[in-house]
Amino acid sequence: MATPAPRGRRVPWLHPAAKPVLFVAALLPFAWLLYGAIANQIGPNPQEYIIRATGDWTLRFLCLTLAVTPVRTVLHQPALARFRRMLGLFTYFYVCVHLMSYAWFDQGLEFDAIAKDIAKRPFILVGFAAFLLLTPLAATSVNRAIRALGAARWQALHRLVYVIAGLGILHFFWMRAGKNNFAEVFVYAGILAVLLGWRVWHRFGGPRVVREPAARRA
Amino acid sequence: LPGGKSPVPGAIAIDKPTDYKDATSYNNFYEFGTDKSDPAENATKFQTRPWTVEIEGAVKKPGRYAFEDLLKLAPQEERIYRLRCVEGWSMVIPWVGYSLSALVNKVEPTGNAKFVEFVTLADPKQMPYVKSHVLDWPYTEGLRMDEAMHPLALLAFGMYGEVLPNQNGAPVRLVVPWKYGFKSAKSLVKIRFVEKMPPTAWNKAAANEYGFYSNVNPNVDHPRWSQATERRIGEGGGLFAKRRKTEMFNGYEPQVGQLYAGMDLKKNY
Repeated sequence: MATPAPRGRRVPWLHPAAKPVLFVAALLPFAWLLYGAIANQIGPNPQEYIIRATGDWTLRFLCLTLAVTPVRTVLHQPALARFRRMLGLFTYFYVCVHLMSYAWFDQGLEFDAIAKDIAKRPFILVGFAAFLLLTPLAATSVNRAIRALGAARWQALHRLVYVIAGLGILHFFWMRAGKNNFAEVFVYAGILAVLLGWRVWHRFGGPRVVREPAARRA
Repeated sequence: LPGGKSPVPGAIAIDKPTDYKDATSYNNFYEFGTDKSDPAENATKFQTRPWTVEIEGAVKKPGRYAFEDLLKLAPQEERIYRLRCVEGWSMVIPWVGYSLSALVNKVEPTGNAKFVEFVTLADPKQMPYVKSHVLDWPYTEGLRMDEAMHPLALLAFGMYGEVLPNQNGAPVRLVVPWKYGFKSAKSLVKIRFVEKMPPTAWNKAAANEYGFYSNVNPNVDHPRWSQATERRIGEGGGLFAKRRKTEMFNGYEPQVGQLYAGMDLKKNY
């Protein structure tokens, strides 16, 4: 390997190729959908397949993004934080593809039809609200925006992600409601609840937080 | 399973039939799974012989009818019907069967028979999702007597010139082309003639979303999506092909419209 990791620790996520690898990996679902659509490999209703798959991938990337902080804390791997922005931006990328697929395939890009649909169907409204709320987060992901806002205000803004996660789950829940087919909804809701619950626990009264500075200094 | 030419008006849609592969791999048959691809995968070993259909209720000739006898009860006809799913997609299927009215006449309903209830197989040994709580099994459906007697209401035994594939509701199913697809109950085991409107599976699961009538109607939206348009499965035009406009009674208004004369179809959705 050309560049040894700092302090001699050879963790794969400090390798210079780690970010490009993650970038390519995160694009694979999109590439598969693109290939599948062209090669006619995604079933008899490709439009529906793409809309649902991009929704699924939005939720998956949201979970991954929100998992970064708990995982790096629990595993004592602070360097994992370097992937959080990219994962967050991929969440936004997939939600954009999701929204575009809906607008184009389902609504034929007729904007008055889309506006009516948003007003009429709560599950569309909630999904659209989640997209709108995610937009300023994506827009303020560059370092310059963080500096301009100041860390405290930037962090406060980015706490919107918890609202967005809740709206995303509600969107998925309502989409599956009426068919009583909630197994997957509960999986995502459970993951997000654990990730959020960990933060609450970590911040208020988690024993580790209190003990660490004195007892665990290496 | 060959089918002769049908004399019933409206029985042969001019639309291009859906590819056999799409019609047999994109199915809603929740007993075998809730994904569209599940039925084709999970119904391969489904045993459809021996098979009987029990006729019960307000009829003079109740009893168990063997599948082989049902098959011969009336001449098999080919019917090319549009199929509109409540989810907003559609297909065109060449079914083989005969008018349900032939069976109804054969069993001689009494004056008390106002509705017909259809009960489908719920065998947890063969149908993996019957253990799930997605619906209250067995799946049941119903028609008003005059709907059941309409010549377009079909008792189907085959499609595309062959016997029904398992995932499409083998060995015998209902096809009611002017109603959303879920009204067309699959793998029938019991037909009951009753006086009161029977409960139906989807209505029990979500009464505000799925009514007893469930006629295809572009003017009455599903609470969670519009019913004004539909995606015709396998239609050319690529990913960005426009959806088609959904027609009143799925285009069968000239034939069935009079069944609902004077009815408020917004209320009776």
